[in-house]
This record gives sequence, C-alpha cells and structure tokens, in this order.
Amino acid sequence: MAPDAVATLPDQAMAPEPWRIHSVRRDVASNEVLSWTLYPEPGVEPGAAPAPGQFNMLYLFGVGEVPISVSAITDDGGIVHTIRAVGSVTRAMQDLEAGTVVGLRGPFGTAWPLEQARGRDLVLVAGGIGLAPLRPVIHAALQRRSEFGRVVVCYGARSPGDMIFRDELDAWAARDDVDLRITVDRGTAAWRGDVGVVTQLVDRGGFDRRNTLALTCGPEVMMRFTASALERRGLKPEDIYVSMERNMRCAVGFCGHCQIGAHFVCRDGPVFPYPVMEPAFRVREL
Amino acid sequence: MEVIAPQAVDTLIRLLAGEGYEVVGPTRRDGAIVYDRVGGLEDLPVGWTDEQAPGHYRLRERDDDALFGYVVGPHSWKKYLFPPEETLFRLTRQPDGSFVTEPGTSDAPRRAFIGMRACELAAIDVQDRVFLGQAVQDRGYAARRRDLFMVAVSCAEPGGTCFCASMDTGPRAREGFDLALTEVIDATQHFLVAEAGSEAGRAMLDRLDPRPASDAEQAATERVWAEAPEKMGRQMPADAREVLNRAFEHPRWEETAERCLSCSNCTLVCPTCFCSQVEEVPDLEGQRTERVRRWDSCFNQEHSHLVGGPHHESVAARYRQWITHKLATWHDQFGTSGCVGCGRCITWCPVGIDITEEVTAVRRDPEGRG
Amino acid sequence: MNELLAIIEKEPFFEDMAPEHRRLLAACAAKCSYTAGTRLMSDHEPTETFWLIREGQVALESPLREGSVAFQTLGTGDILGWSWLLPPYRASYDARAVTDIHTLRFDAGVLRERMEADPAFGYVLMKHFAALIVQRLQAARLQALDIYSHGGPGHGA
Repeated sequence: MAPDAVATLPDQAMAPEPWRIHSVRRDVASNEVLSWTLYPEPGVEPGAAPAPGQFNMLYLFGVGEVPISVSAITDDGGIVHTIRAVGSVTRAMQDLEAGTVVGLRGPFGTAWPLEQARGRDLVLVAGGIGLAPLRPVIHAALQRRSEFGRVVVCYGARSPGDMIFRDELDAWAARDDVDLRITVDRGTAAWRGDVGVVTQLVDRGGFDRRNTLALTCGPEVMMRFTASALERRGLKPEDIYVSMERNMRCAVGFCGHCQIGAHFVCRDGPVFPYPVMEPAFRVREL
Repeated sequence: MEVIAPQAVDTLIRLLAGEGYEVVGPTRRDGAIVYDRVGGLEDLPVGWTDEQAPGHYRLRERDDDALFGYVVGPHSWKKYLFPPEETLFRLTRQPDGSFVTEPGTSDAPRRAFIGMRACELAAIDVQDRVFLGQAVQDRGYAARRRDLFMVAVSCAEPGGTCFCASMDTGPRAREGFDLALTEVIDATQHFLVAEAGSEAGRAMLDRLDPRPASDAEQAATERVWAEAPEKMGRQMPADAREVLNRAFEHPRWEETAERCLSCSNCTLVCPTCFCSQVEEVPDLEGQRTERVRRWDSCFNQEHSHLVGGPHHESVAARYRQWITHKLATWHDQFGTSGCVGCGRCITWCPVGIDITEEVTAVRRDPEGRG
Repeated sequence: MNELLAIIEKEPFFEDMAPEHRRLLAACAAKCSYTAGTRLMSDHEPTETFWLIREGQVALESPLREGSVAFQTLGTGDILGWSWLLPPYRASYDARAVTDIHTLRFDAGVLRERMEADPAFGYVLMKHFAALIVQRLQAARLQALDIYSHGGPGHGA
C-alpha cells in the first residue's frame, strides 16, 4: 500500500554538483588552513544562498565528502569555504589549485540568529578555526552596522602564527565601531597582543548584560567556558548561541551519525541555543 | 469475517507473481526463517516453528501444518526497502575537469511481501517517517515503497522474545496492509481469516474463493486475537522513554558495556535502525566513481568520528546512544518510538542483552545505587 | 576619596559589595599610572599590593621561561596581584606594563589588617579573590589543554 503522495525532491540535496575553485587562500604558515572561493559551473542552478552559520557538503571526486561551514558569501553568487586539512578528505583537498572543480551540495542546517541582535549589543566569541563559521555573521553585522549596539569580536588562537584572516582582523581592528579583542594561548617574543584563553576577553565585559546576543564557535570546551564567562557577566543562557560539530555525513537526517541526544546536528543545528546544548557539554559522550 | 483455505495462500503467491510482482516471503534457510523469493506454498516454512530466547534461536518441527506458525527471524523487510548496499550516484569525470552526476541504478521491482507481522508493519511506518517524512525524501526508498503489495499475518503464537503488545504495535495487524491473514489451526480445523485493507487487497481477496466464516470459526479466530497478547515472552515498561531520559549517567550502561561486544548485531537485525554511511568507490582510471550507501551502526567506533577522536568512544556510550535513541529520543525526532517490540535484538545478541531487561533494571533503580 | 569610591562602584569586580566595604577599599586605594616597561611585580619578591587595571595591558611572565615570553596578559578591568593574600606574601611571577597603564593601586598590607580586624569584610574580600583565582586557574588549565590543536569546530573534518 502506498503512503500518501510521495514527492521526491530535487537531487540537489543529495547529489554533489560541480563548483569551480576560483581562488585559493592559504592562511596558516603550515598551509593547514585554506579558503576556497567557489562558483557554480555552467548549468548548475544554485539553491538558496547560504545564511551565515549554515554549511555545505564539499565533495572531492574519487575521495569523499565533508561538511564545511560557509566562511563568506560574495556579492556575485560565490561561496567561500575555509577548510582545515586534518582528516583524510580535507588533506586531499589541501593542495588543490584554483581552476579545480569540486562538488558541493547544500546549504544545510540552521543559521546564526542575527535578526535577534537588532538593537542589541552583539558579542562574537571565536576560537581557532571557529572564526570561519562566525565570519559571515561579522560581515553581515558590519554591513548593517547601524542596526546593532556595540559589536565585540573576541578571537582566541593557539599562537600568532595560527591566526586566520589576519588582514581582515587588521581591518576590523582599525575600525572604531568594532571592539576587536584577540588573544593567543602561546605568545612569542614578537607578539604584542594578549596572551591567555579567549574567555578572559569575555571577562573584560564592555557590553550591556541585559541587552546582548552572544554567538560562539570553537572547540566544545572553549564554548562551554565562554558560555560560563558570559553568564558570569550577566547574560541569560538563552541569549547565547553555539555551533556544534559532529560527524555530519548525509546532512539531511538520514544517516544518524551526528546525533546529540534528540538532535541531528545537520538538521537541527549546527547553530543551537546554548540551553539546548547545555546537557551535551555536561554529560560525557552524549 | 471471510475465510480462505490454506491452499489459497499458494494461489495468492502465484496470482501476485502473475501480475508482475516479485513475491517475497518467509522461507527456511541455514537453520533460520529468512525472507527471500517464494514461488508458492512449497517455499514457505510450513510445519516449522522457532524457539527464541536471549541469544538463542532454534527451528523445530511442529506437529501440524501451520503456514505461519513461527514469528520473525533475523531478516526484516528493511533489506528490501532500505537495502544494505545501494549505489546512490554515479559520477563521471568530464574533459574540462568537471563531472556529471547520474542517479545510481534504481533496482526497484514491484514487490509483494507475504507474511508481514504487525510489528513489521509498524517498523515500516517508523522508517517511512525517516526517509519520507523529513524535509528531504529518499528517492530510492520512495520508489521501492510506492508499489508494494503487503500481505500481513496476525501472530497467533508470539515468541519468547516478543513484546509488541507492550509497544502497542501488535500482535494483530490492524492497518497499513493490503491483505491481513489470521491462521487458525487445531486438531479439527485449519483455515485463514482474511481482511482487505485496500482496494487492491479487496480485489485480490475476491480471487481467493473467500467464504463467510461460520459462528464457530469466528469464535475461534477471536480467541486467537484475544489470547495472543497474553503469550508475549517479554514486556517493555510503558514509561521507558521517561526512564531513559533520566538515565544518561546511570551506572547500568557501564555494566552492560562489560557484556556488550559492540558487534552491531542488534542494529543489523533491527527493522527500524537506519544509520548508514556513504563510501566513495572510484574506478582504477579515476574517471568514474560511485557513491555507495551501506548500513552502518552506532556500535561502530567510526560512527561518531571526529578529528579529535570518536565522540562515542566507550562501549557504554554507544549502548546508551542506541537504547536511548530507540526508546526515548526517537519520539522527539519522529513522533514515535523507534522500537516496535519485535525482539530481534534480544534473540540475535550473542550475549543475550535484553532491551526490556535493561529498561526494567534502570527503572527499578533510577539513582543507580545498586 | 569620593572619586576613588566612584571608580570602585563601577567595577564589576567589586559589585555586590556592601557600601561600607567599598569605602574601606577606597580608603586603601590610590590612582597610579605607570609607563610602558615598568615592572610592577617581580617573581619571588614580597608583595603588599594589588592593582585594578583601568586602562592598558600588563604581561605576566616567568623568569624561568626563556626570553620573557608572557604566559598571560591582563587588561582593562582585570585585577593584578593576589599573592598579598596568603603567606609568604611573595609574587610567583613577574608583572610588566606592556603599554602605559592607569590603575587603582591598593595597599594590601593595610587591607589585610582590616580583614583580620573585621572578619565579615575579610570574608567578602576573600570570597571575591577566591573567585578570581578559580577563574584564573580554569583559564590556565584551558590554556594548557591546547584546545585548538585538534580539528575542533569549524566543520572541517
């Protein structure tokens, strides 16, 4: 017996489509972090433009697929993805040059709730490669700067050499309408900036505890302590959002790998209100 | 109430085959009752039954000629609707470095399933919600699901690991079928009561020489329906969801992990488990490649792979994930339990871990004081 | 005095302290500025002071580490110095002004006497500093974990 009207959606959600690498940016001295600007090949009808916080599945012919969040959206339909070459697929992606065609399907998942920040202070706390998923929301906030109160960007990196998007960080630092705070876990003799974990940048305050939206992305332990620091500064847990990482494979809730409790990170995340993810920070191996 | 003769099941199989269906049903192979192509009554395990207990399965000859005198074996219909291996896409490299993507071969003959138990109908409803009920639908599943002819059988003699009555999914098939049969057999009589659940089912039933049931036959059938729920080998506590939602850090999981081999048998035999992974299978020249989906299991360490190490590293975390997903978080995700009470995970667990016993133990000692 | 009290009242660190306790603190405080390069504390030296950094950056360094690379920096709104609180009242690192800094400097020797004399005040101040020390300890642990060395989020598996 047939279930009610089976509408099969376009294969776009499941089949990688060809997008060409227009340019490659290599960020860290080790070449471990790279950013691709991608454009669809002729004939590809791109789906909806990704919203900041969402991710695409990037595919390398003959190798495999990985979930990578969007790190910028260009005005002319290009998408920038920032990749850290640490797994088997991403390492195979590491040396690709401009002109190479890769596969892309998406966008998937939830976006940063930037609209909720209108008329409020906006605090963005990024750790390591976690700056990449927050980058498009910084771009959007700066484009619509007058809609928000103070914009505080806290960024923690392992060392000065591990920082990504240095040119952009310099540009933000030069603006007087962005409070950019950078810290590294391990300084060098030449490093003149802050040393210490990113949570201490939050401890320094400088935002309205009663009227702030905070978005954080980084290693789980860093997000957990960042949320504690924000709560210590008087933020309510529901004004804090986190972006989670799990083994997202199918991106549409079919494959079961990315569950955290009742949530599929690919479908219900990766951006979650902090109270929803709080148990995941507390219960081991949830 | 309409009655058909046992021989009408043979007619049914042949009529369905004649209409172009690939007819699949229970058959005896390698000491178990499995699902495979059947051509007629001679392929069914007529006169056989199964003995099931935690970690135990044996076939035994019955002293009658019951057609469906057994319950479910290691196979479920999942293997047809959500095959263990499926090529999702074939991709071919183009001269300009691009590639074209074509759908994988859609191996979707119209199938007729014979002898589906109530728990299995429920299991298909559960998987429908996964593959057809979300924002994106699975093309292959939808195609295979669309043209099924489903012949259900209400269980008269539930097995030793069955607990569908407590999951409210059986033992009587109530909906979701084209035809439903109830077999009545004793020293004096042997017949099947047939109910149509669709127009196609009605049309088919009309070709099987049905006749109205006598009062005695009706009474005997109703006795089967009434008594079957009392014969369940196992029972699941009704508040399993609440019990597990409170038990994330219960010490029981560590204890169970000492027995659990993390072999993934439970997930393979489970008719609702849907975890899969997609592998890239390139040819040697690197010009063509396939995206091949295979069943996966949350008991595999790689299932929770992250660059820093698997998220569910301990067996305890994997067991907790499985049982909590099945009985608790599934409700949040899909509006139903992920367990239908078929008992396969209990029977086919090599060390006999019993999902009902696990819930009962945690329920008895919610604080884990021992 | 009134100006010092006003500064103290605005600082989150002294938040939820009773007015009389804030007045006690203000009585032991003085505005104090230092030029870049000034060493405020030296490892193993006795210390009877703590500072509230109102503007500027201070580096904490260990002479045991080559090249005097800071293991932590403090900035606006941070408290510098808690070695005055417990015997042997000696610093356990160097503190150097990286930039010109403006501070409130507290005479901790006097404060300690007040804390002994007024256990209620002593308890309140001890509680505030205990929280600060725990916060620093947690931060140091996180820093030691090298949390960015693995893949971490960014969805780049």
